[in-house]
Amino acid sequence: MQTDDLYQNIILDHFRHPRHSRNIPDGAAMVDEENPTCGDRIKLNIRVEGGCVADIEVDCRGCAICTASASIMADRVAGMPMAEVRRLSEGFVAMMRGGLELSKEELGDAIALRGVRRFPMRIKCATMPWHALDKALDRFQHL
Amino acid sequence: MRASVPSFDFGLDPVALRRDFPILAREVHPGRPLVYLDNASTTQKPLVVIEAMAEHYRETNANVHRAVYRLAEIATDAYEGARRAVARFIHAPNEHGVIFTSGATASINLVAHAWGQPRCKAGDVILLTEMEHHSNLVPWQMLAARTGATLAFVPVNDIGELELESLDRLLTPRVRLFAFTHVSNVLGTVNPVRDLITRAHAVGAAVLLDAAQSVPHMPVDCRALDCDFLVFSGHKMCGPTGIGVLAVKPERLEEMDPFLGGGEMISRVTLEQATWAEPPHKFEAGTPHVAGAVGLGAAVAYLEGIGLEAIHAYERALAAYVMARLETVPGLRIHGRATARSGVVSFSLEGAHPHDIAQLLDQDGVAIRGGHLCAQPLMRKRGVPALNRASFYFYNTRDDVDALVRSVLRAQEFFARANG
Repeated sequence: MQTDDLYQNIILDHFRHPRHSRNIPDGAAMVDEENPTCGDRIKLNIRVEGGCVADIEVDCRGCAICTASASIMADRVAGMPMAEVRRLSEGFVAMMRGGLELSKEELGDAIALRGVRRFPMRIKCATMPWHALDKALDRFQHL
Repeated sequence: MRASVPSFDFGLDPVALRRDFPILAREVHPGRPLVYLDNASTTQKPLVVIEAMAEHYRETNANVHRAVYRLAEIATDAYEGARRAVARFIHAPNEHGVIFTSGATASINLVAHAWGQPRCKAGDVILLTEMEHHSNLVPWQMLAARTGATLAFVPVNDIGELELESLDRLLTPRVRLFAFTHVSNVLGTVNPVRDLITRAHAVGAAVLLDAAQSVPHMPVDCRALDCDFLVFSGHKMCGPTGIGVLAVKPERLEEMDPFLGGGEMISRVTLEQATWAEPPHKFEAGTPHVAGAVGLGAAVAYLEGIGLEAIHAYERALAAYVMARLETVPGLRIHGRATARSGVVSFSLEGAHPHDIAQLLDQDGVAIRGGHLCAQPLMRKRGVPALNRASFYFYNTRDDVDALVRSVLRAQEFFARANG
């Protein structure tokens, strides 16, 4: 069934147990993004140390795809040098648009979201956390 | 379960009527019949409407109100005939108060500009309710920003009814306009419009009634209601997209400035200035959506053939059945339990996001909405980011309801497994 591509076990696991998930009070997030079409909302903070994303916390109120994408992302980028995070983020968004792909090793669990491509209405659910992360990175890289 | 449901004999045979709608026989997902339950968003179109529009383009197409040749005359008759049909359908005080627009949204914006703009000033109040669709909220926010008028809102209680006792406080002589929905597109609440209109008029306020969710489903009588402005969309009542109506009471019609300038809406034009055509043309600048009007006229005739009383009675019974069936689903919460309600049923499921539910239902061929339903303030008030909504029309059957419930249970099971 088609939805099996969408809701793979790994996605459902991240949805059920989102990593780096915290309750972030309003106004205490570096980035606060909303998807106006469905009301999904993501709040995100990162801590940068020595050019690396030393820590990341995510508060995601959204659908399974959005929540899982945020969790997979947070898991993947924690401890990663910022330049690599950028590359991964760009690669992920490109993958969702059906373009250039990073290797399985680079993508990690994020490869499980590849099936979302076949559901155009849901692509934004998967990419929103990564756009939020990009915005957070901008705050450090434009200083 | 069926035995407990009252008789479904309303002089209306949904199974027979379904055959009028070619799309309802489609299997969007092969092997799964389409269970279309997004009628509050847009309804499907019967063959008579599709054919009427095709025939217009095939046989009678020309611009209206311009040329002297015979074909233009026929096209003009078709367009004005549709206006007459609509006026009769909603019991408008007169035909020239029935203005064709692109839809309810355009109708509301027209009123905001043509009537609201010159009349509203700082200190004036535009009264709305907390259950309005964005289309009956944002144009007033914009008007308030332009004129300095303020907005006030009739609160909605927990079961989804307007808090009528607040009207004593809210309806003051400073209220210029009370704009509210006849039927909520989220909660399904049918508001007590007669009472609301009378009370608004008692303080000198004009009334705009958003009838987008009522005109398709129940008899609406403009004269009896005595509303100043009434708006609705063609595509929610078996008609095409891109055509809608603004019906205006004669006194208000005289007060309205033009909104869009251009051809059709003028009487005499010099390089420096222009005078206006008489209504309704004064408000229909440019070439109108003639085929759309023809399609809407056909839709009106089709609905009249079924009977709005019968449609209303059938949908009410179907809604009661939906509610009863959905209540059997554990962890499901119905949003909107007003005493008077329509065939719009919104709900949320514990542990699952509306987007995911709608996605899983789609796999079973069940088309419902998951989202903010163009009512973000209402979502916030109810403490949900979004809702699922199943909305029914006369061509939906109890089988559709059963398919919905089966599919919801399956989706719930899926997420229960995922959460386990």
